[in-house]
Amino acid sequence: MWTPGRFGRGKPGRKYEPRELPLTQDSRAESKGLVNCFDIKSLNLYYSDFQALKDVNMEMEKGKITALIGPSGCGKSTLIKTLNRMNDLIEGCRITGDVRLFGEGIYGDMDVSLLRKRVGMVFQKPNPFPLSVYDNIAFGPRTHGVKSRYELDGIVETSLRDTAIWDEVKDRLKKPALDLSGGQQQRLCIARALAVSPEVILLDEPTSALDPVSTGKIEELLITLRGKYSIIIVTHNMQQAARISDMTAFFLLGEVIEYHSTETMFAMPQDKRTEDYITGRFG
Amino acid sequence: MINRSHKMSERALAVVTWAAAIVTIAVLAYIIGFIFVKGVPYIKPSLFSPTYNSDNVSLMPALISTILMTALSLAIAVPLGVLSAVYLTEYAKRGNKAVALIRMTMETLSGIPSIVYGLFGMLFFVTFLGWGFSVLAGTFTLSIMILPLIMRSSEEAILAVPDTYREGSFGLGAGTLRTVFRIVLPSAVPGILAGVILAVGRIVGETAALIYTSGTVAQVPENVYESARTLSVHMYALSSEGLHIGEGYATAAVLLVVVILINTCSAWIAKRIGR
Repeated sequence: MWTPGRFGRGKPGRKYEPRELPLTQDSRAESKGLVNCFDIKSLNLYYSDFQALKDVNMEMEKGKITALIGPSGCGKSTLIKTLNRMNDLIEGCRITGDVRLFGEGIYGDMDVSLLRKRVGMVFQKPNPFPLSVYDNIAFGPRTHGVKSRYELDGIVETSLRDTAIWDEVKDRLKKPALDLSGGQQQRLCIARALAVSPEVILLDEPTSALDPVSTGKIEELLITLRGKYSIIIVTHNMQQAARISDMTAFFLLGEVIEYHSTETMFAMPQDKRTEDYITGRFG
Repeated sequence: MINRSHKMSERALAVVTWAAAIVTIAVLAYIIGFIFVKGVPYIKPSLFSPTYNSDNVSLMPALISTILMTALSLAIAVPLGVLSAVYLTEYAKRGNKAVALIRMTMETLSGIPSIVYGLFGMLFFVTFLGWGFSVLAGTFTLSIMILPLIMRSSEEAILAVPDTYREGSFGLGAGTLRTVFRIVLPSAVPGILAGVILAVGRIVGETAALIYTSGTVAQVPENVYESARTLSVHMYALSSEGLHIGEGYATAAVLLVVVILINTCSAWIAKRIGR
């Protein structure tokens, strides 16, 4: 529900001075010395009797774009859902092993809400809430206790600018987000994830429902976000992984077959199965 | 040949569907027309006097009681029904025995004739709790009667909210409470209101359950412990006495207008909230 603020009326409010967003946490300062955003050790995941992930060991570097590729059903989406505990919502899902976010075990006593604030997620299908553009972005910050209109206005503007969608929506902030085009909706969803100042952003095939032009815009956007955020992206599209990622992992039947820098992965894959997949022999 | 018989059957089907539609509308139009033709000549200012007596046969007290009892019944049944629907859809685990039991109970309750609710209300609220024939007893009886309806429609409306909304909300770190009240319920409001409209229809049209619980006193109740009659009960009373049939039809015409007004309001609210 729209509540009047600086953007709603023609009334000039206090100009927002760019600075650290209210939700940026000190945890980021603590993590400065660390190289990896995620350390995954001997992770196994079961859906009831079915083992979806088998002994996964990965270290994901801070500030880099890590791509997870592989054929459908290979466990790559399952893995990123493990990283912000979205799998908690699935009944019969059981996990063994160790997953650490900047050195902290996320399956220990970490608060799930805080974890999901620090590790944002963008889904396969754009899923803006049936609210206004403004309220979509403000939903996350409000969840984490930001109440001041001034701060919310600032977060909304900064997030929309960071996702390069500000100019397209600045005049329709109080219009329903569902009126935007598919590509705009997906960038809005990325902006919504950025609004809580996450440290890591997980993207689950974010462009698979979009046209090539929108896909291009999202890829450019991800490249501009690199460095400031650690990005982990699941993709079906190998060219996409090759274009934007620093590191690539190839998954097959719940196992990590190979995990290298993207150049090595596409130039000289070590495993026969990887080579078959990236040259398009199956998948 | 095949082509021709195909065409024939297609035409026949078109005729049948048209006929069905026309008959349905004609019946509805006939009933409404009949009520208005018979009732409108009897609508005069005295029919709306603030108090009832056998000379003016005023429907005003019944109209006020109807609105009062509808509001009170909804105030009890809507929160209960919606919240239990939220529990069933968002909190209860799948395959939970209690959930299966609640669903079965609701289905059974929605199939019970209203006279049975009336008798229950009389035995429990009127006699056992000692409330007497009162607005309160009638209201509670009506609430129990519409609860299954509200719960079922709310449950369906909530289930129809796409899971991607829930994922998005949980993914931002929101808990179940915030997700349900900020995202899921607002999206489900139009469906919930559709159930409320049906419930209003049942309340306004109810006589059997009310004669045994809220009684038939034709005055505006001063408090909820007094007896009162709704418009439907008023009509029943007028027609069974046989002295004021014309006024009975006039009451029916007013009741129709009230129902249309309530439905228009609900539709308007649903549109505003659903956007």
